[in-house]
Amino acid sequence: MKVLRIVAGLVIVFAASWAMAQVGADKRRSGFQDMGEALQKMQDDDTANPGMLFVQLGSQSWAKKAGTADKSCADCHGAAAASMKGVAARYPAIPKDADTPLDLEGRINLCRTEHQKAERLPPESRELQALLAYVAHQSRGMPVAPPADPRLGAFREQGAAIYRRRQGQLNLSCAICHDDNAGKKLAGVTIPEAHPTGYPIYRLEWQGLGSLKRRLRNCLVGIRAEAYAYDAPEYVMLELFLMDRARGMTLESPGVRP
Amino acid sequence: MANVLVNAPKTAKRGAVVEIKALILHPMETGFRPGTSGQIIPRNIIERFTATWNDAEVFSMDMSPAISVNPFVSFFAVAAESGTVRLRWTGDQGFAVEEQVAIAVE
Repeated sequence: MKVLRIVAGLVIVFAASWAMAQVGADKRRSGFQDMGEALQKMQDDDTANPGMLFVQLGSQSWAKKAGTADKSCADCHGAAAASMKGVAARYPAIPKDADTPLDLEGRINLCRTEHQKAERLPPESRELQALLAYVAHQSRGMPVAPPADPRLGAFREQGAAIYRRRQGQLNLSCAICHDDNAGKKLAGVTIPEAHPTGYPIYRLEWQGLGSLKRRLRNCLVGIRAEAYAYDAPEYVMLELFLMDRARGMTLESPGVRP
Repeated sequence: MANVLVNAPKTAKRGAVVEIKALILHPMETGFRPGTSGQIIPRNIIERFTATWNDAEVFSMDMSPAISVNPFVSFFAVAAESGTVRLRWTGDQGFAVEEQVAIAVE
């Protein structure tokens, strides 16, 4: 009996450690884990996270009528808490009324031109960022879940190719920093693994909110390459690839980054 | 419409020290930076922040151009009696925002 009990105990111990090893099997790190404790607390506290100011602004824009159709986002979509839940976890995607993949900003602008009959919001404008933050916030805590649309595959591969292609005067690819040297230091800062889990982020260096597109442009300038035009499809391709790479990781929007 | 986030306890024990935190959306333009046209962008900062608890001032501060965009202020006050905490930001270009929170003291 005693032997049986010991064996049973050992089985439980092994099973528990195996289960823990499975949990720890995902070695991917969000940029959140590389930040100091103070910044992590800032992100986690909804009254200290400056991104929440933009979420608040976005909730006002959500209800504001715009364009010649005189419709607000809420007129079609109702309460964002229900209708926008999981949307940021899914995008970029090919929506019903488009034939190329769009990121969330593109989707918002498509809604504006098609349904509100309003002007496109300029890239990085406060109103677009605020709407983006508001929509993305509804998916906070959800796992990144890119859609299984087969049409996206080709775009994703192009994104992967851009990610691995050397470019700019420094002749670096995204992969050289974010795959090969992630976790090491660059000018005193830890190089993150480039998982887009917190976008749009409130970046302290920017003293403002910025989308993943802004981050990508920033990286391109950093390797002294010429940034693509704001409406270039390359960003969406990269975003598709990065979201697929971060599949299953938890969304933190709006994130805070140093 | 003001964009403010305030974090204050809803209830407090009499005599307890409570922390009140407030974040506000503001550009805090220094007045030293040239814009894209080369012209100096006029200064636009919050000059003063005050907090009153039932109309008695419990905290105030002057802000300077060196303070960051979207300033975050945290301060402590003694919970003497139930009432309203009024937070007030005033600054350049007629900026004036007031936000209030109620704290019940037991």
